[in-house]
Amino acid sequence: MCLGIPGELVGYVEEQADLGVVDVAGVRRRINIGLLVNEDLRLGDWVLVHVGFALSKISESEARAVLDYLEGLGQAYDDELDALRGSDIS
Amino acid sequence: MKFVDEYRDAGRVRALADEIAALCDPGRRYTFMEVCGGHTHTIYKHGLEDLLPENVTLVHGPGCPVCVIPMGRVDDAIHIARQPDVIMTSFGDMTRVPGGSGSFLDAKAAGADIRMVYSPLDALKIARANPDRRVVFMAIGFETTAPSTAMTVLRAAEEGIANFSVFCNHVLIIPGIRAILDSPDLRLDGFIGPGHVSAVIGCRPYAFIARDYGKPLVVAGFEPLDILQSIHMLLTQLAQGRTEVENQYARVVPWAGNPVAMEAIGRVMRLRPYFEWRGLGSIADSALGVADAYAAFDAERLFDLPGLRVADPKSCQCGEVLKGVLKPWECKVFGTACTPETPIGTCMVSSEGACAAYYTFGRFNREAIRA
Ligand code: SF4
Repeated sequence: MCLGIPGELVGYVEEQADLGVVDVAGVRRRINIGLLVNEDLRLGDWVLVHVGFALSKISESEARAVLDYLEGLGQAYDDELDALRGSDIS
Repeated sequence: MKFVDEYRDAGRVRALADEIAALCDPGRRYTFMEVCGGHTHTIYKHGLEDLLPENVTLVHGPGCPVCVIPMGRVDDAIHIARQPDVIMTSFGDMTRVPGGSGSFLDAKAAGADIRMVYSPLDALKIARANPDRRVVFMAIGFETTAPSTAMTVLRAAEEGIANFSVFCNHVLIIPGIRAILDSPDLRLDGFIGPGHVSAVIGCRPYAFIARDYGKPLVVAGFEPLDILQSIHMLLTQLAQGRTEVENQYARVVPWAGNPVAMEAIGRVMRLRPYFEWRGLGSIADSALGVADAYAAFDAERLFDLPGLRVADPKSCQCGEVLKGVLKPWECKVFGTACTPETPIGTCMVSSEGACAAYYTFGRFNREAIRA
C-alpha cells in the first residue's frame, strides 16, 4: 500500500477526464490522474502510482530505478502487482 | 540497467562510505532515525549499517501506517464488517493485522464479507455494483494515501453513491515525529525524512524540527545511495553547525509537495483532536477523520462502534520498536512467538515494519556481531 509503482501514461479515458491508462510492468490499468492536473501530463510521461492515484511525475530513469528497487522487494511487490491486476477503476 | 547502476554503483557506495567516515567526529556518537518503513527495508536489505562507522547508529521510526493501527480500531472495523448488509473493503496489507479478537482474515473465515482492493476507487466500484449493500472502505495510511481516500469521497459525493463510506484511520507524519522528539527515552541527532509522504506534504512542514528542536532532516529516496547520501548530508550539516531541512529526493519530491492533494485532504477531512497510535499512545492532532460536510460518507457516524481501547498484548514491544528505543531482535518474542506468519505485533505484519524487515533479511545487531 505504501509502495509507489511507476507507470507510463499510455492513454486517457474519454468519458472521465481525471482517469488515465498506465502501463505498469506490462499491466495496463486505469488510474486517477486528478492529483497531477497542474503537471501538464502527456502520453509517454512516467508517474508514481499509489493505490490507483498518480501522485508524482517522474523521469524515465527514475521510473527504471524504482522498478528495479521494487523487483528486489520480492513478495511485497508481487502482492502489490497482483492487487493492481485485480483493479478495475472507472 | 545503466539507470539503476547510477544508484547502486559499488564504487560510488564505497566512496560515499569513506566520505561519511571522514565526516564523523570520532569522539562523538550519532543517532539518526529513518522515519519511513521503506527506508528501513532498504537499510536492512543492503546491509547499509555495516558500511557506516561504528559511532553512527540508525534507528527505525514510526513510519509504517499498518504498524501504528491500534487494536481497538481493527476491532471496530471487524464490527462493521460483521453487519449482514456490509461489504468491507481493504488494502491487502491490513488483512493480517491482529485486533483484540483476530484479524480481517479471521473475520472473513468466520463469514464476514471482506474484500481486498488495490484502490479506494475499486471499493467505490463495488459500491456502485451493489446498491443494496453498504460498502465500507478501511482507509489507512499517512499523507501518501489520504489524498486518494479524499478524492474517492469527492467522487462518491459527485455521483451520489449513498451506500459508500470510509472508516478513516489516516495518520499524520508530523505529529508522529513530534511525539518521538518529545519522548524522553531517545536522543536523536537527525532524521532521514520520508520520501513519498513528502511528495504530498512537501518539505516545509519539517521546518519546526530544525527550528524548535535543533535537528537536521534530509528527505531521502529509497536507493542505497540515496540513503548514504542523506546520511552524508546530515553529517555535513552537523559538522558545519547547521540544522536545516534538505531535500535529497528532489527528483520525486517537490519542495512544496502536491498542493492539489493537500487541498483534497483539506476539503474532505478534519483533524481529530487526538488519535491512539499503537505503541505510542494517544497523540494530539495526529490523525484525520471525515469532515462534517461529508458526514454521509463517514462510517464512524453511520455505524454504532464499540470504540474500545484494547491494550496491546503484554509480550508485545512494538511501541519501543516504533519509537526506536528497542531494536526488533531485543523484543522477547521476536522470531519465536512472533513471526510474519503468526504476528503478535504489527511491526511483524507489514513488509515495511522493522521486525519484518529484520526477520526477512536475517540481520542482527552489529554490536553482537562485533562482540
Ligand atoms: S517481535 Fe513482534 S511483538 Fe515484538 S516488537 Fe516486533 S512485532 Fe512487536
